[in-house]
Amino acid sequence: MATGVDVSRRDFLKVGATAGAGLMISFSLPVVDRLGRTLGAAGVTPFEPNGWFTVGTDGIITIFADKAEMGQGVTTSLPMIVAEELDADWATVRIEFAKVGPDHQKMRGRGQGTGGSTSVRTSWDPLRKAGAQGREMLVAAAAQKWGVDASALRTEKGKVFHDASGRSIGYGDLADDAAKMPLPASPKLKDAKDYTLVGTRMKRVDVPQKVDGTARFGIDVKVPGMLVATVARCSVCGGKVKKFDATKAKAIKGVRDVVQISSGVAVVADGYWPALQGKRALEITWDEGEHHALSSSDIAAQFKTLGASPGSEVHKQGDVSGASAKTIEAEYHLPFLAHASMEPMNCTADVRADGCEIWAPTQAPTATFDMAQKFTGLASDKIQVYSTFIGGGFGRRFETDFVRDAVEVSKAIGKPVKVIWSREDDMQHDFYRPASLHRFTASLDASGAPVSWTHRIVAPSVIARLMPSAPPKGYVDGDSVAGAGKEFPYAIPNRRAEYMMAETPVPVGFWRSVGLSQNAFVIESFIDEVAHAGKQDPIELRRKLLADKPRHLGVLNAAVAKANEQPLPKGRARGVAVVEGFGSFVAQVAEISVDRGAITVHRVVCAIDCGRAINPDTIEAQTESGIVYGLTAALMGEISLDKGRIKQSNFHDYRVMRLTEMPRIEVHIVPSTERPGGVGEPGTPPIAPAVANAVFALTGKRLRQLPLKLDA
Amino acid sequence: MSSISITVNGERHAVDAAPDTPLLWVLRDSLGMTGTKFGCGMAQCGACTVHLDGVPIRSCVTPVSTVGAKKITTIEGLSPDRSHALQQAWIAEEVPQCGYCQSGQLMSAAALLAKHPKPTDAQIDQAMNGNICRCGTYNRIRKAIHRAAQGA
Repeated sequence: MATGVDVSRRDFLKVGATAGAGLMISFSLPVVDRLGRTLGAAGVTPFEPNGWFTVGTDGIITIFADKAEMGQGVTTSLPMIVAEELDADWATVRIEFAKVGPDHQKMRGRGQGTGGSTSVRTSWDPLRKAGAQGREMLVAAAAQKWGVDASALRTEKGKVFHDASGRSIGYGDLADDAAKMPLPASPKLKDAKDYTLVGTRMKRVDVPQKVDGTARFGIDVKVPGMLVATVARCSVCGGKVKKFDATKAKAIKGVRDVVQISSGVAVVADGYWPALQGKRALEITWDEGEHHALSSSDIAAQFKTLGASPGSEVHKQGDVSGASAKTIEAEYHLPFLAHASMEPMNCTADVRADGCEIWAPTQAPTATFDMAQKFTGLASDKIQVYSTFIGGGFGRRFETDFVRDAVEVSKAIGKPVKVIWSREDDMQHDFYRPASLHRFTASLDASGAPVSWTHRIVAPSVIARLMPSAPPKGYVDGDSVAGAGKEFPYAIPNRRAEYMMAETPVPVGFWRSVGLSQNAFVIESFIDEVAHAGKQDPIELRRKLLADKPRHLGVLNAAVAKANEQPLPKGRARGVAVVEGFGSFVAQVAEISVDRGAITVHRVVCAIDCGRAINPDTIEAQTESGIVYGLTAALMGEISLDKGRIKQSNFHDYRVMRLTEMPRIEVHIVPSTERPGGVGEPGTPPIAPAVANAVFALTGKRLRQLPLKLDA
Repeated sequence: MSSISITVNGERHAVDAAPDTPLLWVLRDSLGMTGTKFGCGMAQCGACTVHLDGVPIRSCVTPVSTVGAKKITTIEGLSPDRSHALQQAWIAEEVPQCGYCQSGQLMSAAALLAKHPKPTDAQIDQAMNGNICRCGTYNRIRKAIHRAAQGA
């Protein structure tokens, strides 16, 4: 095997427990030692039963986190699950990022990616099983050693105890023998009442290095001999390089090379600044392609036309055409949105004839691996992908465009290279949250109860973009219609949902909470409209229509009760929304005021039922994070087009929430013994409708467009 | 390219860089001090905040040639062992999520506390509003600043 691709996980990320400071970890990249040291320190023979963790003869337990750490705290919560079933001593637990390759296949038997708020809920079963397997094998080893029955033994904090004889032995001393035991197919899992780690407020293992600048993000990677590149891209959607002159760019001190790649023209230099100066000095003639005149109003008109005709059926029950006492209609509009993660896109690649290494802040290591293999044509054992900390993902880092930049440039120049995008590149070459149009009709009976509901969705499809060929006519993207189909929670007897896929040249991608980021806004706003049209209290109507939805009701009632613990100050109003998604249930009450058209959100009370809580502190933090992300979109988020170009370019014209704009946020976790649900995204969808409903309650104005704007 | 002398965290460095090179890229690319982050390149987000003689500045728009004899403090120099009251408060309140903006947040907060050891919410607003956090950790940031101030 070539040097450089055999770097062990242990080299990649080192973790250590230090007295008094709790568990500390340092994720060190293998760049200082690319000669490939063997796994494990001298004298440590790890017991590695199932690929998820090792037990060294020194008693150190190393757990491999195969999910990206972008702030969700999974490098803490996933190991907690393994350690719980293994009965490990948390103080001796170390955590490493899993590499991409055969190791991972052994662990999970499928690709590695982080998205859809799936990390904990898809790991709950395999990680518990993995930990329990290890525990049973360690116990079996102790039983053999002592000549006693395994049933006479118990485990606690990294030791096996034989209470009858008063003997105990550490896992490290059993590691060699345990490795010879058969792997149990169905190990016994703990009873939840015996949990000592799951459900506790565990300190996040990645926090200490995020307060002293030592946490290594993708942009911090440094490989010996590495150059830095940045890429000039056509500002028109779909445009390409026609020709370019690099003479002036190459004259800049520090610029080493200029190469054309599929995304544009890359300037390679000793550092980012000379690369950026070189990029500015490039003289490029662009082929702007067919979209050079496209504007947001063209797309709005296209959506309007599409929305005038029936779409593909998503769901149908009863008959929506029946007679009724009252009918209401509404049309909602949502814009494209950028992700705007704090760490701009970047990737480091070293493509050689004999191998390819990639260091990437990626949510999709397997897709990164596949892309590198396809592009380099190298055998799969010659490619290695190393994950780094991620400075915000939100779905943007599910794409591999920034990885491809680095692979192409490195291949072209024959040296390791780090490609860094400018903020402007990041903002103007994103895969945007789709814009959409929604048309609703509802009919009410004489008592004001809704009897029918139709929802027509016009939106571009992320999934269609990812398909190898155009989807069939009438295609329905499940993400685009999330929340609107049969999972729609309200008991309205006659219902129809339709989808019309819109094709636009604006690239669309997964954005925190995906389809629910739109559909929750329109559904939770329109159900409010229905309540007011029927002269009913919006909360009471929801309760009536959710009578057989206990988890929806649970969070709704919890959020309302907590909000009502404080009287509503004069001049303010509250709005509510309740949304199911990603295996969790969330209700939010937003308290707002309006001053000369400016909406201020003062307080958000949120209740979340995410099943069994693994680490409550991170659940609260993630839910609050989701609310802030959604509030930015609700109050200020908008990407628009002019002459085929994205108009916004940086944080001055793509505003995001700042500290002074923050409401008070209270997150209440509703106790549950259900399976764990997701927490990264469910906080986002309810906030926009909760705020819009509060604006209506206060002003009588129904805002049907995001971002929410009132006339001054 | 010329040799420019700067003092970072008490240590003098001679760096070869074009005079207009922002201090951020001298720190990151020339000196390998990657704790200071690139976020926007136009003083909009605060991720690149460092101190110049104790005053918080945006290193992404500060040409290295303008630094002169002023002392630069980066996140790496805030304390040798995470012992700064704010670092301890950040850990206690579990502030960071993705963590990318937190070096800049801490440097802005450290300058605030140096000036106002017991800052009011209004003073926190003023000092911290230039630092963006896309994970939305703002409320924990405010709490951690108050905690550090009380412990100080």
